[in-house]
Amino acid sequence: MNWNSWAEFWAMGGYGLYVWGSYGVTTALVAVEIVMLRVRRRNALAALRGEGGHR
Amino acid sequence: MNQPTLVIGNVNWFKYASPQTFYPLAGAAIPWFGWAAAALCAAGLYVGFFVAPTDFQQGESYRIIFIHVPAAWMSMFIYVVMAFWAGVGLAFNTRLSGMMASALAPTGALFTFVALWSGALWGKPTWGAWWVWDARLTSELILLFLYFGFMALQAAIDDPRRADRAGAVLALVGVVNIPIIYFSVQWWNTLHQGASVSLTRAPTMAATMFTGMILMALAAWMYSIAAALHRSRSIILERERNADWIGQAARRERP
Repeated sequence: MNWNSWAEFWAMGGYGLYVWGSYGVTTALVAVEIVMLRVRRRNALAALRGEGGHR
Repeated sequence: MNQPTLVIGNVNWFKYASPQTFYPLAGAAIPWFGWAAAALCAAGLYVGFFVAPTDFQQGESYRIIFIHVPAAWMSMFIYVVMAFWAGVGLAFNTRLSGMMASALAPTGALFTFVALWSGALWGKPTWGAWWVWDARLTSELILLFLYFGFMALQAAIDDPRRADRAGAVLALVGVVNIPIIYFSVQWWNTLHQGASVSLTRAPTMAATMFTGMILMALAAWMYSIAAALHRSRSIILERERNADWIGQAARRERP
């Protein structure tokens, strides 16, 4: 085990800003991509249902 | 228009290139790749933060490697796959190939940005600079612009088939940048270090660090496949909206 406490874990030996800055931005971007994927699919399906009405 | 055919051993392989066949297959595959990505990511983070020891030179800052290296690998690999599908689309005029290329571009751009971002945050404590105009960093930045250029070019052309062809030419020309990125650390005197992992030598890093990195790389692979399949299904819904089977699928499916 590398860490004796949560505080030590978050501090990352003084490199917390760099380590968590990398992981945080990556997590945020992946989350944004997943939301965008869902929105695009929902919009595509909604557009198709709208068109289906007058066909 | 004639359907293209590629018959090898009595199987018409282009059957699988039809959006109608591909759409349900991709839909069934997405949850598997998604859950595999989540499980591999959890395992990789556990190994990376709780099993892999502190680096004796870089302290804890080296733990950025578990994000940085998998993202950099994916950024290059996705580009090659994207250019491959774009090229297949140009050569055989198959609709699905262009859709796959378009579906890969945003995920590739994401990993390229993550590689640059995590690299900057790693460079500051180890080199003392967020950014240097080093061959490795510069060629990776060009890769980000290639992804953006590909997406902007496709977005600017209304006819999807013409957008595919124009994008394919850009993607294929840009492939020359990939070996430049990969070999930049050998060809030039770069601040960026050389490869720690290669196919021909044992990795020059602790086994647990290597395991964490490979797990995260596999997670990035699984995530990229899931994301690209998901996006390609939306692209099929958008582009093939006049096909009968699409209307049926749209009524049947929930978002």
